[in-house]
Amino acid sequence: MSIFYLVAFLAIIFALMTIFTKNPVHSVLYLVVTFFTLTIHYILLNAQFLAVVNFIVYMGAIMVLFLFVLMLLNLNEESEPMKSNLVKIMGAVAGMCLIATFLGAFKVITPDNEMVVGNAEIGLVKNLGKVLFNEFLLPFEISSILLLTAMIGAVLLAKKDPKKV
Amino acid sequence: MENFVTQMQGVPLNHYIIFCSIIFAIGVTGVLIRRNVIIIMMSIELMLNAVNLLLAAFSVYRGDASGQVFVFFIMALAAAEVAVGLAIIIMVYRNTKSVDIESLSKLRW
Repeated sequence: MSIFYLVAFLAIIFALMTIFTKNPVHSVLYLVVTFFTLTIHYILLNAQFLAVVNFIVYMGAIMVLFLFVLMLLNLNEESEPMKSNLVKIMGAVAGMCLIATFLGAFKVITPDNEMVVGNAEIGLVKNLGKVLFNEFLLPFEISSILLLTAMIGAVLLAKKDPKKV
Repeated sequence: MENFVTQMQGVPLNHYIIFCSIIFAIGVTGVLIRRNVIIIMMSIELMLNAVNLLLAAFSVYRGDASGQVFVFFIMALAAAEVAVGLAIIIMVYRNTKSVDIESLSKLRW
């Protein structure tokens, strides 16, 4: 139980570091650590499939993509565009207002905190696979088309225009 | 694995909601205070992940696997979004030589 609070605290600290660090590369690295703490949260929830997917797809693929683009564009602390302090303070205040609104709203609703016992194994690959390929077969196939479209779009966008060069 | 589950029963669902909304708000703050487009996209990833974790928590607490399948779809969507978004950022950088979000303000005209 106390592991949850420790990991949640670490996740919040690293998320704050992500948005407040000036150097973009450090920012990406802190985001990787944040995602790692979220992976620990999935493991604590016994959602093993999501933990593995989060680890491989988010930490492995997406963050490396971010890092590659940062290094490709050769960004560092000097070239980092910064907003004025006034805008920063206003942004921070707006974020805190959002948290206050959320907490106020959650005070009104009271979800019952009881866990439904008996099926603690829904997060395992076997059970998720059964659900995914029975009830959600059509969305699964459509998401593959989405990924194909995104791939073609990304290649088309990032390719240099042959007429210009 | 069983002791993990019994361990988690001590954590009320409320705390998951509060934790995820804090992470989400941090993501929103990141979008508001940064000007680098890549960092803004990273903040969006942070928000998506907060929502993912909350969906998984609800799914585990209610004993319904659909929530976790939905998280899987959100992850596929996020991968597509990042690929296209970063391609657009590279294209903008090639034209304007900057990743400043203000360099995109020409889109208004």
